[in-house]
Amino acid sequence: MSATVLSAYGLVMYFGSIIATNKVTLDLHHGARHALIGPNGAGKTTLINLLTGVLQPSSGKIVLEGQDITTLAPHQRVHRGMVRTFQINQLFDALTPLETLAMVVSQQQGLGGKWWRAMGSSASVTERCEQLLEQFHLTAVMDQQTRVLAYGKRRLLEIAIALACKPRVLLLDEPMAGVPAGEREELLQTVAALPSDVSILLIEHDMDLVFSFAKQMTVMVNGTVLTEGDPEQIANDPRVKAVYLGYGADSTHNTQPSEGWHA
Amino acid sequence: MAQQYSPLQSSLLAHARWTWWEVLLWALALASPWLLSGHALIINEIAIVALFALSLDLILGYAGIVSLGHAAFFGMGAYAAALFAKFVMPDPLVGLLVGMGAAGFLGALCSATILRGTDLTRLMVTLGVGLILMELANKLDWLTGGADGLQGVVMGPLLGRFEFDLYGRVAAWYSLTVLLIVFVVARRFVNSPFGATLKAIRDNRLRAMAIGIPVNSHLVVVYTVAATGAGAAGALLAQTSGFASLDVFEFHRSADVMLILVVGGVGWLYGGVVGAIVFKLMQDVISSITPQYWTFWIGLFLVVLVLVGRERLIRPWTWFKKDRKVGPT
Repeated sequence: MSATVLSAYGLVMYFGSIIATNKVTLDLHHGARHALIGPNGAGKTTLINLLTGVLQPSSGKIVLEGQDITTLAPHQRVHRGMVRTFQINQLFDALTPLETLAMVVSQQQGLGGKWWRAMGSSASVTERCEQLLEQFHLTAVMDQQTRVLAYGKRRLLEIAIALACKPRVLLLDEPMAGVPAGEREELLQTVAALPSDVSILLIEHDMDLVFSFAKQMTVMVNGTVLTEGDPEQIANDPRVKAVYLGYGADSTHNTQPSEGWHA
Repeated sequence: MAQQYSPLQSSLLAHARWTWWEVLLWALALASPWLLSGHALIINEIAIVALFALSLDLILGYAGIVSLGHAAFFGMGAYAAALFAKFVMPDPLVGLLVGMGAAGFLGALCSATILRGTDLTRLMVTLGVGLILMELANKLDWLTGGADGLQGVVMGPLLGRFEFDLYGRVAAWYSLTVLLIVFVVARRFVNSPFGATLKAIRDNRLRAMAIGIPVNSHLVVVYTVAATGAGAAGALLAQTSGFASLDVFEFHRSADVMLILVVGGVGWLYGGVVGAIVFKLMQDVISSITPQYWTFWIGLFLVVLVLVGRERLIRPWTWFKKDRKVGPT
């Protein structure tokens, strides 16, 4: 097993009196292809928000490459290499894919504060943009405004933006959400071809992608980690089946009968 | 040099490159006080308003900050420049820098008020700041002259040589030159990586944060820069009219400059310039025809502009064509 890149220890998050994540502990290894699954309301998105710094945990600790990042602001975590994508596209509608990527790459290369030289005058920025456009099949549409792009292309741009930030750890939040059948294959291949030295935590409901992609899986239910293991173990785990097939009341929720109704 | 660029690079640099019509436009603008020597006063006014609108576009069009209190910085620049000329030294250029500095400082302070909140809260907050400053200028009458305005501002000659003349020609050249310099700087500013991060914040603040842009510090910078530009416009007005009154803080100034951007186009640096020309000329022409009811015609024009759309209004040949294709709009 290779070195741990990202560790979360006992993350607890309260919204008022409601507990969204309860002592979640998670390790991500270098180059990981790790899937996080669980029914709606399991706390997956809250966990992502905690890891990226959008939310501050009520208690617990997050360590990225040996350094405690629990109190860092979101943009500082990005500089350390913790980058996410969004379940619902978060793009820059008035910019073109080319402008978007040039902006992100400039920012990543430390040029984001430069205000005198024109964007695009740096050769290393344009080279990286060219490569990203190619990799994400966006070269043909690079000069179209993002708001007019087809949904599948927008989804690709969503991931391209994240990769342009040179992540060490990439959190993919439901990359397949809402992608029509005709555009699925391109996206699946692109996700499969993400660089192997980037450690990826994938949140996804699409089980085809999860089982073809993940080497390691974590199942969350009601804010806690139910179990962890490789895809085969998870597929054969009766508790996981119970959660997904809805027999929750007898097998997993005996100790918390009231919560079964809200799941 | 141009042939070394890849298609991708030239596409990126297209916005930053000067075109021949821009050069022509500026040459004409700078020649206008001489070509239209009888109209130097209104040319001066247009240049000042264009500069003011340009500064608002930096925050409204490029960073997505709606403001109904931009006159606060205009007024600050005007009073700072007028007071400096009256009590310290009459040199216009130093006074201009003082006006810009004062407005920029105020902008940096006020930027704290626009970091949080949505469009509506920002509208209210900026409006409030503008009103507070106007009331301050009113109450501090020992310094500002209160409601009577600050009188007796005598400007020295420009660069020690060119006296401001009665016809306003030197004033027009002065304002046009300052407008051009600020325009060139603003143009580089919005086409830089920093400018791109502002557009990113405008389009999607959440994602801007998620790719590592320090959103708040960039907003502070652009708000300060825009305030400095508005201060330059205010300082020019005070210097070329030799007068500063409460009118520079008035709400209608903030509203007019917003209208000018609506007329000329937001998020396009020439929008402020075009808007200022159209707005000021209409105001001038219509008010000479019907001094009492000119606002009616300006209002009607705005309604038509918004209903018909700017793109169609400047293409009259499309008005009576039937729409062949039925588009989503």
